[in-house]
Amino acid sequence: MSGVRHLYVHLPFCAHRCGYCDFVTVVGRPGEHDAYVDALLSELELEAGLLDGELDTIFLGGGTPTFTEKGALERLLAALPPAREVTVEANPETVTPELAALLSRNRVNRVSLGAQSFNTALLDVLERRASGDDVRRAVDALRNAGFDNINLDLIYGIPGQGAADLERDLAEALTLEPEHLSCYELEAKPGTRFTHAHGAELERQAEAMEEYFERVVEQLTAAGYRWYETANFCRASGEADARDLRAHHNLAYWEGRGYLGLGIGAVSTVGGRRWRNTPRLAVYVAALRDGVVPARELETIDEGTRVREQVMLGLRLDEPLALAGLEGALDDAALRRLTGLGLVRHDERTIALTRRGRFLGGGVTADLLT
Amino acid sequence: MDQSRIRNFSIIAHIDHGKSTLADRILELTHAVSKRDMRAQVLDSMDLERERGITIKAQAVRVTWKGNELNLIDTPGHVDFTYEVSRSLQACEGAVLVVDAAQGTEAQTLANAYLAIENNLEIVPVVNKIDLPQADPDGAASEVAELIGDTPEHVLRISAKTGQGVPDLLDAIVERIPRPAGDPDAPARALIFDSSYDQYRGVVAFVRVIDGVFRPRERLRAMAMGTRFEAQEIGFMAPAMSPVDALTAGEVGYVITGLKDVSELRVGDTLTTETGGAAEPLPGYKDVKPMVFAGLFPTDSDQYPELRDALERLKLNDAALFYEPETSQALGFGFRSGFLGLLHMEIVRERLEREFDLDLLVTAPNVAYRVLERNGEWREVHSPADMPNEFDEVEEPYVKASIIVPKGYVGQVMELNNDRRGKFDHMEYLSPERVHLTYELPLGEIVLDYYDQLKSRTRGYASFDYDYIGFRPGTLVRVDVLVAGEPVDALSLIIHREFAYDRGRALVEQLKKEIPRQMFDVAIQAAIGARVIARETVKARRKDVLAKCYGGDITRKRKLLENQKKGKKRMKQVGAVEVPQEAFLAVLNIGDGKK
Repeated sequence: MSGVRHLYVHLPFCAHRCGYCDFVTVVGRPGEHDAYVDALLSELELEAGLLDGELDTIFLGGGTPTFTEKGALERLLAALPPAREVTVEANPETVTPELAALLSRNRVNRVSLGAQSFNTALLDVLERRASGDDVRRAVDALRNAGFDNINLDLIYGIPGQGAADLERDLAEALTLEPEHLSCYELEAKPGTRFTHAHGAELERQAEAMEEYFERVVEQLTAAGYRWYETANFCRASGEADARDLRAHHNLAYWEGRGYLGLGIGAVSTVGGRRWRNTPRLAVYVAALRDGVVPARELETIDEGTRVREQVMLGLRLDEPLALAGLEGALDDAALRRLTGLGLVRHDERTIALTRRGRFLGGGVTADLLT
Repeated sequence: MDQSRIRNFSIIAHIDHGKSTLADRILELTHAVSKRDMRAQVLDSMDLERERGITIKAQAVRVTWKGNELNLIDTPGHVDFTYEVSRSLQACEGAVLVVDAAQGTEAQTLANAYLAIENNLEIVPVVNKIDLPQADPDGAASEVAELIGDTPEHVLRISAKTGQGVPDLLDAIVERIPRPAGDPDAPARALIFDSSYDQYRGVVAFVRVIDGVFRPRERLRAMAMGTRFEAQEIGFMAPAMSPVDALTAGEVGYVITGLKDVSELRVGDTLTTETGGAAEPLPGYKDVKPMVFAGLFPTDSDQYPELRDALERLKLNDAALFYEPETSQALGFGFRSGFLGLLHMEIVRERLEREFDLDLLVTAPNVAYRVLERNGEWREVHSPADMPNEFDEVEEPYVKASIIVPKGYVGQVMELNNDRRGKFDHMEYLSPERVHLTYELPLGEIVLDYYDQLKSRTRGYASFDYDYIGFRPGTLVRVDVLVAGEPVDALSLIIHREFAYDRGRALVEQLKKEIPRQMFDVAIQAAIGARVIARETVKARRKDVLAKCYGGDITRKRKLLENQKKGKKRMKQVGAVEVPQEAFLAVLNIGDGKK
């Protein structure tokens, strides 16, 4: 088995936990960041055998990676192996010229900014601390530091967000000319503080917001972006030698390649095994201080499951999915029916969702799988 | 036993008026069952009956009181089993009519009391539950007395619960109920008033010997069915089975037949001996026919063989249950099943689900129709889907409905009955406060939600019972439902032409609520023949995606998708449309749509 070429590193620290967030995060903890980075590096050392000599991508996610104390962050970045694409997630209010320089000198070549919205009232609903101006300043700082691959995260379907608000948010984002945009519908996950506060309101708005996904796709594709994954868009010039601005780290997930995840709550999938590290900071740090792998939740991914995941993930992409190897996972009758309904197109060797099919990707995929 | 010392009687009571408790108390007082062994309500043998307060199967228990042999013959308490009730009553010379001291008479009590009077039974009226604080024994007594043409002083007052007055009742049974009048020297004749199936011994017939003597090991014959068998054992229930050497005229007991199929031995048939047998059967045998039909489909189509086996098993003990395989385009393989009435249907369904652990989809019930086809032949139709598009005439079953209601609700009841094509028949005051109304109604207007409507319009005060009065011509049409252009056989209904438009519209509106949005627009139409009478559209979904999906949550997203898949599997496929099973019951939920 060849080594894994994709590395995820989880930096859980945040200044504040936003109401809608269900990631593994830890608020504050100044003084503990160094010990956590030690633990990350220790886990990396323990699992180094799984990695290929040459990495394609590294992704530092969070939490708010750029909220990590500067010394600790820089030490981590310097210790990571080189890779062709190194992405760091950042909250706009944390991005200063100094931080941009720090990232730049440590081989980070892609920054993903959690903008979410440019509308102050909506940002308040989300409990985000950055303003629209912060986003613009952050992009400026990154551009000035030479970054030529910036992603903006946007959220739509925020309680109180009208269609015109959405259009303005998208227009604001486009004026910043990001190379990449991730646009998610707000997911009010059960059990979160947010759902408790806004769930009923969201249900009332559900029908009005149903067309927002279409609006997002229309507005971004009209601006020349490629809708290459259900929720992801990248700039596409159309020229043959243009850069491929898709998020290559995430493509690894969608194309079913192996990845190693470091840090609390981080998930790895290597061969037929998937595991999730303990989400508990103290447990994680203590284990690695003793030089042993942290507590993990293990899952076996058998061949059937792997193929089902490949269909589920692969159909999120705009490029057709090769049918070879998917035998038995697809329901032929459903395939014919969905093709007839204009939701799926396929030929002898590949299958893909049509534009309309992509808006209904969940239901279409559920139908297609045996 | 000398016939002069035999008394055969039934207890007639409304559900919850204390029939089973009284039976228990009688068994205890006559030492048939010791207090220690007493499982409350011995006569109700099935859990389900116990729970619903209904006795489905009649049985008979022999007790001794002051040197007399008393046979208590249990009767089913509901109109669905009227025929069985009438056979049970035919086995008796008298009936104890029990009325709740707090509730007074109810429609069901009336129906069975009239049945007893028609059978020339001596009625021993009893007011029960006199120990209750809210009891009005005098009021209830005068109501009962009025009903049966007796004097209030003649009505006994008891508490079956405490036993108060029950010995007097036993004395009254001996004093007032006539002795059996059969001829012990005539050729043997016995009335079968019930049967049940025992896994090891086959069909057990419960009989009342009218004339002559029956002995074990004799060859016997059921006169209407022509069934022949050897009596493997005869005896009586005390309440345990007690074999005897002879059952003579006037006595009640059982015959173990060794037969493997209850349908070979029908309730109401006459048993006689093969040699020296009677020439004439006892009068009154009827072949009971199911009147209410519904499709039974397993929710999971893999359970079809289990459903078939379960129906076979139930049929062993329930000669009235009818079923035949039915294939629905929408629901797959199942059975069209016929029942005596709504309660019978409900009992069968519950037994299938509870005793056989089946998950069932029961379509909206319909009645039996008689159709005169273009070829001049009459045919009985049990399912709307089976109704021909063209026919010369159609007939539907009618009932005489009996409703007892406080006088303040008479208007509401009349309004409901008029809405349901009811024809007023009769009205009388049972007391200054309570009114007895009778109507002739098409059974088809009752099978869906009539009882619920009656209860809600009278705040639960109305009691209701009905009796079949035969088939009558009707102006009926078949309304079909089309989903995305595909006719859905399981949703067709047969309805009076005048109601077709409103019902059709209500049905498509209801279906619009029940069919989830799909990946394309779905038209729902109601049509009579080729003419569409109502239409709704379920608009297509515009999005159905799992927002984001990265390395950390692939497993969770996969599980969400698998759940979505499972949800789809529970749906039934109509063409390309996924229809939830509940939608097939939509017709049950449109009661208010009809004004």
